[in-house]
Amino acid sequence: MIPATLSYRRASSVDEALGMLAEHGEDAKLLAGGHSLLPLMKLRLAAPEVVVDIGRIEELRYVRTEGDVVAIGAMTRHHDLHTDGVAGREVPLVAHVAGEVGDPQVRHRGTIGGSLAHGDPAADLPAAVLACDATLVARGPDGAREIPAAEFFAGLFTTALGPDEILTEIRVPRAADRGWGFEKFTRRRFDWSIVGVAVLGGSPTQPAVGLVNMGEAPIRATAVERALAAGATPAEAAEHAAEGTSPPDEPHASAGYRRHLATVLTARALERAAGGSPAGL
Amino acid sequence: MSMMGTRVVRTEDHKLITVGGSYVDDLREPDLDGAVHAMFVRSPVAHARVTAIDSREAARAPGVVAVLTAADLDLDPPGGDHAEPWLAGDAVRYVGQPVALVLTERRYQLADAAELVDVDYDPLPAVIDLDDALAGTTLLFPGTDSNVAKTHGKPFDESAFDGCEVVVTRRIVNQRVAPAPLEVRGAACAWGADGRLTMWLSTQNPQLARDAIAGGLGLDPTAMRLIAPDVGGGFGAKIGADPDPVVLGWAARHVGRPVRWSETRSENLTAMTHGRGQQQTITIGGSRDGTVRAFGLDVVQDGGAYPRLGTTLLPGMTTLMATGTYRIPRVEAYSRSVLTTTTPTAAYRGAGRPEATAAIERAMDLFATEIGMDPAEVRRRNLIGPDEFPYQTPTGATYDTGEYAAALDRVLAAADYDGLRAEQTRRRAAGDPVVLGLGLASYVEITAGDAGGESGRMTVEPDGSVTAWTGSSPHGQGHATSFAMVLADQLGIPMERITVRHGDTDEVAKAVGTFGSRSLQLGGSAMRQAGDEVIEKARQLAAEAVEASVDDIELNTDDGAWQVRGAPSGAISWAQLAARAGDGALSADVWYSDAKPTFPFGAHLAVVEVDTGTGKVVLRRLIAVDDAGPVVNPLAFEGQRHGGLAQGAAQALLEEMTYDADGNPTTGTLADYEFISATELPDFELLDMATPTTLNPLGVKGIGEAATIGSTPAVQNAVVDALSHLGVRHVDMPAGPQRVWQAISDANRRV
Repeated sequence: MIPATLSYRRASSVDEALGMLAEHGEDAKLLAGGHSLLPLMKLRLAAPEVVVDIGRIEELRYVRTEGDVVAIGAMTRHHDLHTDGVAGREVPLVAHVAGEVGDPQVRHRGTIGGSLAHGDPAADLPAAVLACDATLVARGPDGAREIPAAEFFAGLFTTALGPDEILTEIRVPRAADRGWGFEKFTRRRFDWSIVGVAVLGGSPTQPAVGLVNMGEAPIRATAVERALAAGATPAEAAEHAAEGTSPPDEPHASAGYRRHLATVLTARALERAAGGSPAGL
Repeated sequence: MSMMGTRVVRTEDHKLITVGGSYVDDLREPDLDGAVHAMFVRSPVAHARVTAIDSREAARAPGVVAVLTAADLDLDPPGGDHAEPWLAGDAVRYVGQPVALVLTERRYQLADAAELVDVDYDPLPAVIDLDDALAGTTLLFPGTDSNVAKTHGKPFDESAFDGCEVVVTRRIVNQRVAPAPLEVRGAACAWGADGRLTMWLSTQNPQLARDAIAGGLGLDPTAMRLIAPDVGGGFGAKIGADPDPVVLGWAARHVGRPVRWSETRSENLTAMTHGRGQQQTITIGGSRDGTVRAFGLDVVQDGGAYPRLGTTLLPGMTTLMATGTYRIPRVEAYSRSVLTTTTPTAAYRGAGRPEATAAIERAMDLFATEIGMDPAEVRRRNLIGPDEFPYQTPTGATYDTGEYAAALDRVLAAADYDGLRAEQTRRRAAGDPVVLGLGLASYVEITAGDAGGESGRMTVEPDGSVTAWTGSSPHGQGHATSFAMVLADQLGIPMERITVRHGDTDEVAKAVGTFGSRSLQLGGSAMRQAGDEVIEKARQLAAEAVEASVDDIELNTDDGAWQVRGAPSGAISWAQLAARAGDGALSADVWYSDAKPTFPFGAHLAVVEVDTGTGKVVLRRLIAVDDAGPVVNPLAFEGQRHGGLAQGAAQALLEEMTYDADGNPTTGTLADYEFISATELPDFELLDMATPTTLNPLGVKGIGEAATIGSTPAVQNAVVDALSHLGVRHVDMPAGPQRVWQAISDANRRV
């Protein structure tokens, strides 16, 4: 419950943070809201020598419309994103999912950038940005680069970010006219998802489906999307939700149970995205 | 007018919810100046020989004052066949068992230093499964011939079911749970120049803890002062003393400095005792008209690694209370406590009685389903009637008073049971994927079951205020309010002028403490008895003062005035009498010894919805009668019911402490151990009923555990009821979504 000895550095700008990363190299770990990293440190599952706190960088806290996308600063807190008018109107799936993360305390501290960069397959927001085909902007010593969400999540707690890079912005295509659905299955309201499904609805393109906790990394339910493209009904397509997945196998939620949940929840999320009223608790 | 039965805001609460209480870890006592900080190195393996401990590197770590192991301890080891050592010596038997103690100058240095203590463990087979433990292939204690450490009741007599038209039997689980109090365990201690040890301990009973710790240290109890400051919950797991504080007291003497200790939350989940942990085989027999003729309860109690209350006492409460609220001619109840390589089990809210109630209440539902009768009707046909008390059960309890059928009917009426059944039928017929389930529990439990006495002392101060001392030291119950109300009612002194003190063994040397829902019955009755004695002394003084006959003197309890009967003009106040009596003379110090167990009862109805697509259960309603006799403070009473209902529902739906096959805890953090929160609970529907007992002067029974006892099987029964049309007959607790989904899948496969 007490982290190992560490050095704490606080950055007030992205440039300053990049400098600190360059200085400390792989010994450094970025700290945003702290709700993923600090528990790991307290359990001594993570023991970074240097923590670079970027959670107070004001230039990374914003939600604004830029042409066809809504640009979200990486240090935008879940609560602020959830209650933001622009986000709620233009990227309602992402705004909604931000309001489903953890509990109010977590949402007032946790940030979208921290959640995505942590690369946790059990986190909700990765599935949402995957379904939205968002673009993630990273800055490093050589400047900024754009990473499609589909290429960002590399594996368990690993992302496309280099050790000298900082995720600065999430660019989500505006989708005010598209239906959406999000099904988060938990035992308690504030738990991590056992399984979650995020759907961005079908107009003007095919529905996109992101899955929470169905593999080592956040993934798209590509088999469902293919079936829909081939003309399957939502219910038929949902039967493919677990195809190609490798969900965790744990005492309270076996891999088989998660596969079953994925199909049920995908059907419900698709139905909700299509404007229906899904049956379930 | 009496304030008994009025909603008085607890006087403790302002402090607790504003500036906060003063718990062990908050203490700033001068005696603790210069204290070293302590952390136990705990076994990371379930079962092993300890072949070597190398603490040299740890001893060189920053701030380390000492690293102490069993080899350093010069205390007499505990005796007995299954002795639990102060620190593990040559063997460890559960993950979390203390192996060494690290002392450092600063608290943050502890975790680093503890990591450096190098212990060599030579693994032995873990014993987790209760059948394996019974088989005894691996014995926890070489030199014994069995892992069974204790039995309760008599071995099963199968002939009890001879002649029964219908017999149903089932093996069910009453799972192991973690008490997880808000305040984890903690202690601080300092030896005085006079050779006395003062220890602050988060405990439910300072005097028993003092005796246990002093015993461990080889001290006379008078050579030790134990103080319980504010205590943030215990739920039974802070009864008495664990080995840990004995080691701390010894370490403080060894290094010659005060010692402070507070465990971490993760430590708490594996190193504090667990509760429940029974495997039960229930058998119920009767006739198709709904009459139950015989019930059998065969228990295997998981004792954990060392015999604590979970082994020695609690299963006896289960067998004692196996009969439930029913007139059953033959009841067979037997329990074997078996040791496993897991955290020892001990008391947890209800402590043996929830297990008994869950067994009989599941059995009643199984019986009802088998004969095709509504579970409410089956219960009604078998309930002990109000004219049958005192009722002697076949398992050895004598129930004092009860209105079991009235409680059941009140719940059914308030819930609109018939309407709910109609809705259930309608939704099933319509193919609603979310099905409705109704679960009943009729319960009776035993409170103040220890039948020990309790101390009560009070004195009227010269200013007419009252200081009172109770031996029933609370850990969140609000005794300072409730006991002040009892005295205020009796003495006519405003409760604002009554201070109730507790928790310091130098102020109250002999006491029993707070557990088993005993406090108001025993501690409250002791207060009343002390009040009676003071009143008689005051009457004498008043008679002398006004030169009247003692028989003519009366106390006006509206304003606390002593007067000659019918002549209020010459009244004398408590303050005047106290002044007249002289310093401290208007006092009483009593031991309430006329202690008899009482039997609170009630009925609960749970309404759940089950999502057949996912297996998720949502508790929609919980309607409860909890009859514990007359209520002193409805606010505190309802608080106990709220907490109890929540904790009971938690066991039914969420909580379980689990181990893998190697004995590693798999729910060892609060991210994995699913305690319940407000978001998983409905507004509780509380119905009032108050049937007094004749067994104590207040007429009260205990309420601390009752609601837990009723709600657990009610919620579990509701889950099974929701799925009964699919052929599901039982779902073990906790009825988490995977388990419920599995039950649905299995039922579908059978069809």
